Amino acid sequence: MNMMRSFFYRPAAASILSLVAVLAFYVIFGGVNLANLAMAASWVNFAANLGIVALPVGLLMIAGEIDISIGAMMPAGSMATAIISGHYGLPIAFGMAGALALGVLVGLVNGMLAVRTSVPSLIITLGTLVGMQGVVLSASVLLTGNASVSLTAPEWAKFLFGHLIGGSHQVVVIWWLVLTVLFGFVLHRTRYGNWIFAMGGDKTSARNAGIPTRGLTLVLFILSATCAAFVGMCQAIQFNSAQVSGGMDYIFNTIVSVVVGGVLLTGGLGTVPGVFFGTVTFAIVNQGIYFTHINRNWANLIIGIVLLIAVAMNESFRKLALNQQPGKTAKASTS
Amino acid sequence: MTEEAPVLELRQVDKSFGPIDVLHEISLTVRAGEVLCLLGDNGAGKSTLIKTLAGVHPPTRGEILMDGRPVHFSGPKDAGDRGIATVHQFGGTFPLMSIGRSFFVGVEPTKGWGPFKVFDRKKANEIAVQAVQSFGITRIDDGDRLVGGLSGGERQSLAIARAVHFGARVLILDEPTAALGVKQASHVLRIVLEAKRRGLAVIFITHQVMHAMAVGDHFAVLIRGALAANFRKGEKTREEITDLMAGGEAMAGLEASLETYMQSHEGHPPSA
Repeated sequence: MNMMRSFFYRPAAASILSLVAVLAFYVIFGGVNLANLAMAASWVNFAANLGIVALPVGLLMIAGEIDISIGAMMPAGSMATAIISGHYGLPIAFGMAGALALGVLVGLVNGMLAVRTSVPSLIITLGTLVGMQGVVLSASVLLTGNASVSLTAPEWAKFLFGHLIGGSHQVVVIWWLVLTVLFGFVLHRTRYGNWIFAMGGDKTSARNAGIPTRGLTLVLFILSATCAAFVGMCQAIQFNSAQVSGGMDYIFNTIVSVVVGGVLLTGGLGTVPGVFFGTVTFAIVNQGIYFTHINRNWANLIIGIVLLIAVAMNESFRKLALNQQPGKTAKASTS
Repeated sequence: MTEEAPVLELRQVDKSFGPIDVLHEISLTVRAGEVLCLLGDNGAGKSTLIKTLAGVHPPTRGEILMDGRPVHFSGPKDAGDRGIATVHQFGGTFPLMSIGRSFFVGVEPTKGWGPFKVFDRKKANEIAVQAVQSFGITRIDDGDRLVGGLSGGERQSLAIARAVHFGARVLILDEPTAALGVKQASHVLRIVLEAKRRGLAVIFITHQVMHAMAVGDHFAVLIRGALAANFRKGEKTREEITDLMAGGEAMAGLEASLETYMQSHEGHPPSA
């Protein structure tokens, strides 16, 4: 009973319940064979690419900020890799360094604007999102005369960032799992995690308590833009080419994953396991539908419903957590 | 001078924002183990005075002394490092954090080594719970509970215990009882007395005269940015203080007439 209680107080609870609900729905109404679905490459690959971006975005949202420029940073990362190493033929290390440096740079711009102005980060990153789309398209056309560039990566880069494990699972799945553990450790086990929660709770008090809120904001924005560029880079290496378009889906997909994962939109509450399961839920709804005899067109409706239910559950779990009185009845006696 | 210098002293402090004078020639002293009650109606300049004391605003003129020596606060952090702690009306500001985590925001205890230094949750919870319980709030026994789940009085107590734990010498309490019920307020008043007993200088801001009279040693009434009165415990009655705060003799008269009206109308107040 006590374990049940403490389970429900955790922000990850809603995402795990959503996942169970979606699976049950697919099994009962879609005739899914769970054994087939369990490790199917389609949703695992989808989740890994999404998850690597959802992790830093989740941290940003816990800290009370948001970054939607990731939608432009994915194609920016893959184009940077392909232009430098494919079009100009430089060693792949330069292409990769270029992609990641671009992520750091754009993250730095986002972060600087966020700490120097009082403009909400949604608007700031909307600006850099649109701006970067323009930059990527212009740069691509100016430098290569084309909107898509091909790339042949050497063996070692392929192995690390772009090969298929067992012929089906992208290697980024491993990166996703490693990063999940890393982000989880930082958020839940180190003092920096405490700073992120404090910042999302009340930025002024956090600063007065001696937390370097500006520096931390910068680091978080750099992480999200760089992770997005990293995913773009891996895709370019994996598919031997990069396109200017694409990536826009990631904006909403990451936000849905993070919110289903129990992160409070206003900041101050959330967990890395929650974001992980939120991403898995999203990926299973989105890709698992092919395993059902439900028409693919219904997938977005299911995602919408899952999102709303998850948000409602998060809200009630949050209230439960606030009224938590271990060993006492909800209405405490006034003795 | 035989007496110990006051922990915090204001001498002829003015504060203006552009052409608007908010504080006018404020002189105050607070000694260790004393409670100074700062009374004033809304808009009297209480919050500006608090912010000046807490290092948020530098005074336009006049000086601030600590232990008899002039000081200049470069910001709220600086004032905090010198031992001035402000506790705001709603106490803890991180409702979604656990007691242990919020207690140690910015000064987290860690264990382990190098990159594997981890937040010591057990130690943080233990110290936080112990600190609050030493103030007599024994109902808080689990450091994992969220601050937002505590009652208003418990939150205030937690915030005060936190300030004391981290070495505060001057405790500025901004309307700590304003949003509380009678029972909760009396908890907070007890904690104020406990802080005083431990030798802290307490500045207690309120507009509830009863609460002020229960704990204060020394009273200052602020009207339109200036000190209207400055007196010690027992020198004035509750009615006199209420009148002073309202800026004249009107309040006592009004109260008296209200009372007679209610007596003659079976306890009903007059319709507005």
